Amino acid sequence: MTEEIIIAGFGGQGVLSMGKIMAYSAMMQDMEVSWMPSYGPEMRGGTANVIVIISSDRISSPIVRNFDTAIILNQQSLDKFENAVKPGGVLIYDGNGITRHPERKDITIYRVDAAEEAGKMNSPKTFNMIVLGGFLKVKPLIKLENVIKGLKKSLPERYHNLIPMNEKALERGREIIKKV
Amino acid sequence: MEKELRLMKGNEAVAEAAIRAGADGYFGYPITPQSEILEYLMVAKPYETTGMVVLQAESEVAAINMVYGGAGCGKKVMTSSSSPGISLKQEGITYIAGAELPCLIVNVVRGGPGLGTIQPAQSDYFQATKGGGHGDYHLIVLAPASVQEMADFVGLSFDLAFKYRNPVMMLSDGAIGQMMEKVWLSPQKERSKTVPEWATTGKPPTRERNIITSLDLDPNAQERFNQKLIDKYNLIKEKEVRYEEFQCDDAEYLFVAYGTSARVCQKAVQLCRADGIKVGLLRPITLFPFPSKRINELADKMKLILSIEMSAGQMVEDVMLSVNGKVPVYHFGRMGGIVTAPDEVVEFLKSKIIGG
Repeated sequence: MTEEIIIAGFGGQGVLSMGKIMAYSAMMQDMEVSWMPSYGPEMRGGTANVIVIISSDRISSPIVRNFDTAIILNQQSLDKFENAVKPGGVLIYDGNGITRHPERKDITIYRVDAAEEAGKMNSPKTFNMIVLGGFLKVKPLIKLENVIKGLKKSLPERYHNLIPMNEKALERGREIIKKV
Repeated sequence: MEKELRLMKGNEAVAEAAIRAGADGYFGYPITPQSEILEYLMVAKPYETTGMVVLQAESEVAAINMVYGGAGCGKKVMTSSSSPGISLKQEGITYIAGAELPCLIVNVVRGGPGLGTIQPAQSDYFQATKGGGHGDYHLIVLAPASVQEMADFVGLSFDLAFKYRNPVMMLSDGAIGQMMEKVWLSPQKERSKTVPEWATTGKPPTRERNIITSLDLDPNAQERFNQKLIDKYNLIKEKEVRYEEFQCDDAEYLFVAYGTSARVCQKAVQLCRADGIKVGLLRPITLFPFPSKRINELADKMKLILSIEMSAGQMVEDVMLSVNGKVPVYHFGRMGGIVTAPDEVVEFLKSKIIGG
């Protein structure tokens, strides 16, 4: 089993930390993981993306151009990565701010309106966990308990009181994600 | 004690491994994409636990000369930088090589020339393996291809540096420095309480004074010293060649690639084999000494050899010297901070097979 994932959006949306939590939690399940961020001018200018690979075998290239799953959180990223999804692959996107929706017919497209939901829940920072919850509904690669362990590992201790809120967000993501 | 599992960036792994290897000192200056090494050490504060010195120097030149001084005292010392910073350190590095001192220099390579870009590249191969500074000298050069190796090669580098009294370089790149992978960390080693007998630690009445210098104005003496260095490099070539092979047994085509490019080529090997093309990969782990003998042996059963590196073609020259005309050798790779994609490698190989 190998799952090659790209997560792409604006800096500040929690793109990199979502990837980190995925990698941590997959590691808890004895999987091989790699987390390759975009760094430098891209990150400083606003857009951020990270390639996460989860595999039962040794990971060869940490950098790939085609993905099993693309998690897309803004229009620029959709324009850039829609065609990078492998035929038969999965594209998950947040509809917030999207003017041109994904059009491919040879992949499965899901929509998770996490920004809107995070607003309703009055906790905008759990946005990325809503998205992650949605992803795990579609691709149940990692157990929820390991995601919580991953959260504990990657969040500084002073934020550990926020974990129940994040758990709720993960659950909400599972509920609201829908096939397009 | 057992090894500890962590998820870390390559740069962080270097820093943590240096503390655990019992390093005595790190001297550095920040530059992207390797600043996490200094940053991690400053947060970890090993000077409060193992006693390891961590110092942000006023410049790269100062940092390498602090390494020179520390090494002269027989201490396990290191520095790290990225390409433009490594260029600044070259004067110090050639002095350290000329004074036959052990140390570790980590280069997390970015694209050049000049300030270039902050994205990953492998365009410092010539500089690392052929000298870099002036004069006839070599560094021992190790090329990590994973976060695990970023950690493991720190201890190995110190061992080799002290064994041969020679500076060692870890030639990494921005991709391996910035990415996170699983890493098993070795237990904490104690810092050495003794120093080698050549170290300059103050002259006791019981022995002659130790002199550390890279200067000899007598040409005959200097030539004898040059010969001594050549003998040492030949011994290193004989004893310390390291490489890894993937699916070379039945291969008809061979990729040669190190570091990030070797990871990309592993994927390219899988893609080629799915298409029925029998490709193998030889990954040099030491770039100096280069695995020339093994590449020459493998060339006997290959139709052609591709050297893949993120440069305009540097290692390809060593591959060609190793192959010595037995089969065609080609170079392929992206530049300017772009990481070569596995499918690009496959396409290039196919074009060479069809094109002949």
